[in-house]
This record gives sequence, C-alpha cells and structure tokens, in this order.
Amino acid sequence: MNRHLISAADLSRADAVAILDTAEELARLAERPIPKLPTLRGRTVVNLFYEDSTRTRISFEAAAKRLSADVINFSAKGSSVAKGESLKDTALTLQAMGADAVVIRHSASGAPHRLARWVRGSVVNAGDGTHEHPTQALLDAFTMRRRLGRLEGLRVTIVGDVLHSRVARSNVWLLRTLGADVTLVAPPTLVPVAVDTWPCSVSYDFTSVLPRSDVVMMLRVQRERMSDAYFPSVREYSRRYGLDGDRMALLPDHAIVMHPGPMNRGVEIAADVADSPRSTIVEQVANGVSVRMAVLYLLLGGSSGPPEPSAQASRDGAGGDDWDRGRSRDARSTADVAAAGAGTAVRR
Amino acid sequence: MAVSPRSSGIASADASSPAGKTVLGSEEIRRALTRIGHEILERTDGGSDVMLLGIPTRGVPLARRLAARLADTEGVQVPVGSLDITLYRDDLRLRPARTLGRTEVPDSGIDGMVVVLVDDVLYSGRTVRAALDALNDIGRPRAVQLAVLVDRGHRELPIRPDYVGKNLPTAKRELVRVLLTETDGEDAVTLHVTPEVTR
Repeated sequence: MNRHLISAADLSRADAVAILDTAEELARLAERPIPKLPTLRGRTVVNLFYEDSTRTRISFEAAAKRLSADVINFSAKGSSVAKGESLKDTALTLQAMGADAVVIRHSASGAPHRLARWVRGSVVNAGDGTHEHPTQALLDAFTMRRRLGRLEGLRVTIVGDVLHSRVARSNVWLLRTLGADVTLVAPPTLVPVAVDTWPCSVSYDFTSVLPRSDVVMMLRVQRERMSDAYFPSVREYSRRYGLDGDRMALLPDHAIVMHPGPMNRGVEIAADVADSPRSTIVEQVANGVSVRMAVLYLLLGGSSGPPEPSAQASRDGAGGDDWDRGRSRDARSTADVAAAGAGTAVRR
Repeated sequence: MAVSPRSSGIASADASSPAGKTVLGSEEIRRALTRIGHEILERTDGGSDVMLLGIPTRGVPLARRLAARLADTEGVQVPVGSLDITLYRDDLRLRPARTLGRTEVPDSGIDGMVVVLVDDVLYSGRTVRAALDALNDIGRPRAVQLAVLVDRGHRELPIRPDYVGKNLPTAKRELVRVLLTETDGEDAVTLHVTPEVTR
C-alpha cells in the first residue's frame, strides 16, 4: 500500500478491496464494550482543515482516537493561516512537529498532492476543492457492499451537482474500479465538460433511470461554490432532479438511497425519503469511522519506508499497485495545483 | 501460504529438501488433538465454562476440531470463536500493514469463562502476549489457558503452553509449516530449512 491516499482514481482494485475488508473487521470491533485498539499508539495524526467540515473532521478524529493515535486538530480559522501563512510553511511546521499523517481538506483542488511533496508522513485527502474526496467514496462503496452484498455489476445513479462534487468524482473512479456501473444525472449546466473522459454514462432524465438503479446517490446543491446561475430556480431544480416519495416508488424494491450529507431537505431530497428505511444516510456516517480507521491503519499501521505490495495483493498474486499511479488525470486539478502551491495570498 | 511466521534453524538431510521433513502426519495430528481434548476435559472439570478461541489463521480450524472432540468424548458443547491479534502485535512497525483476520467471540462473552487459546505453532510467545492484550479489551475471563499443536521452543517471553500436541526441538533457521485440511487441503506438519536467516 502506498504512503498517501490522494485520489480514489489511484486505488487499484486489490487496494480498494483491502480497505473495505479491513473496514469490515474494524466495524465488528466497534460493537465491543471497549472499542479502542492500541494499534497506532505513539503516532500523531494532524487534521488540517482549511474548509469547514463537521462530519469528516469528527469522523477522522474518532477513527484516529479509536486506534490510539494522538490527534491534533488544526483549522484555518484562528490559526496562523489567518495571518497569511502559506500551505508550504504550515506543512513544514507540521513536519517539524513530527506528524505521521496529515488529513487535509482544502478549497483548492490539488492541495493534498502538493502537500505530499512537503511532508514526510502520509497525506490523506479529506476533500480538495472540486477534485476528490476518496474516503467518502470508500465509505459509500462500503455501505453499498454491506446493504446489497456486492459491488460488481451494481447500477449506481449519482444525481445532482456533479460539476462541483468531489464526492461524485471519487465515486465514479472507485466504483468503476470495483466493477459497478455508474450513471450521472444532472442538469446539463452542472455536468463537467470533460465528462466524456469519465468511466460512466450521463443522463438528463432522472425518472427514466430510476427503475434501472440499485443505488441512488443524491448530491448536495453546493451553493457556496456556485458563482453563476446554473438553474432557473431551486424549485425547478427540485422538481426535475429532486428525489421525492413518488420518484422513490419507481425504484426496484431492494434499491437504497444515499446522500453524503449535509442534506438540503426539500431541495435535492424530500424529508420523507431521507427518513425512509431505504435511506442509508445515518449508516454512512457510522461506516465512515470504520473506513477511515481502515485507511489510517493501512497507511500507518505497518512500517514506513518504500511502499511494498500489500499483503492482500501479493497473496492474490495481483502484485502491488502503487497508489500514486495515474495521479492528476484531471485537467482541472492540475490547474488548481499551481494556485494551491502559491499559498493563501492567491486564494484571497 | 502455509509458512508459519513463528518459524525458521540448522540443516538436516531431510529438512533441506524442498518438501521438507514430515514431522506429524494426519493420523498423528488427529491423535494429538484427541489427547489435548482429553487433557482439557481433565483440567477443567469436564469442560465446564470452557471457551475455545482460535488465533487466525490455523488456530481457528484447530479450535473447531477440539470442540468436536470434546463433544464426541463427553457430549459437552463448548462455545468456539476466533481472536485476531493483528492490531495488538508488537512488530507492526517492522513490516507493511497486514490484512486483518476475523475476531468472533461467542455471544455469551468471555467474562468468567476459562478461555483456551488455540494456535498452530508456539515460537517466540509474542502472538500469545498479543492475544492476552486482545482478551483484556473484550472482558475478564476466569482463567486463560493455551493449547498449541507444535511447540518449537525459542521463547522470547515468559509464556508456556498448557496443552501441547508435539514438542519439536528446532533451530532458529528452521521453518515449521502446519497444513490443515480446512485451509490447505491436507493435514501435515513439516520442517524446512530456510536458505537465509529470516529473523
């Protein structure tokens, strides 16, 4: 297993399955009276959050603490970042403090990629701009596998603001790697230009896709990233691309409804759908801790040093694929890397 | 992969062949387990409050076989489970992250039970130390005992087995392989000489 987790697109099938299997075992341990494990004692995990986040930060913090790692939380607000410190200088500070892993969320796509060159520890991408959010995709895949028993051949429909969604991007790559068929549904204005290079199909007609879906994943309309008018009104968006009770009735009986959160109830998802037994939204949060524990264990639990084939991969004879393989497939992310590298001055 | 991590010694003519020297055949393994089963019954008042926990990978089928022996001999049904110790190892930082095994503790829990840990090979004793730590996080057994198919010596910790299938004096360079039908398609214990020292 490689040292960093920056992009879901870098994960080989063997690596992804190893993470999901490890998470499965760790989820079972969570039911014990004492769910704490001594595995990462003496290791330090820094949560470096340049963007607001509740569930992801708490989830990583809980995961690290259950494995007995020391956790340092660092948010851009109220830190030296507010005084104008660049990402690189912050990285060097963390390095000097001896961070074994840095979990970073940043508004610039590519920031974790840059950070990985500056720190000695592992870098885990907890969401960078509109690029990727690999642990979210892993927990989504984990939830699907737990609920539906498999990923191979699963028909997954991802609906909504694909353009601004790092969750959609990570899911498309990871689910493809794991053998699922992904269909994106969105207003034409919210579909990325380069979508024809993604391993998925695109539809503009939500209703017609529903009967052929095993999983429907609703995305949040990210108004904080929208500088233009992408659709005429929230009401019209909700009518055409929102999931309400009538639309949910078109799904096959076994199908599940997912949402990465936070939800805009009444916009992309109706309240009765969000609270229905098909909805996995609360499960996704619980699974998030197990999946992040698995990622931290696989990155930090073994020896540090040159990446070696993971135990699972060598056992399967699949060889050890490097997590670095095929990084920055996305033109957009490469452009933003420069901005991230230049530090906070550019972002302001 | 059937190579026990607790293994490695000195060249002898048989053990240096690729197939290794067979130390125990399937009949001998069967007899050893039957004897251990009887010993467990003797030392625990006929198996009362006994729970067998196998340490993955090969401790788990051994624990199941022992449970079947106890049922055959005296008709006692003892709970069987598995206890993965990967997350408690003291050598995690020496190797890349390992795949986790399954921990399955019977619903009754371990509190107040006589837990018999079952493993294939006892070597340094570090696995057993990790297992004791893992048990500590699950509950408080009344007593913990240790059953192993092969004790090959070279302890690095003050740990001893309560039930032993075979005491096998080895050199550190030798490698003990345990093969079980459930995991490897056949029952055998073989001794090999490693080309280089692995530890």
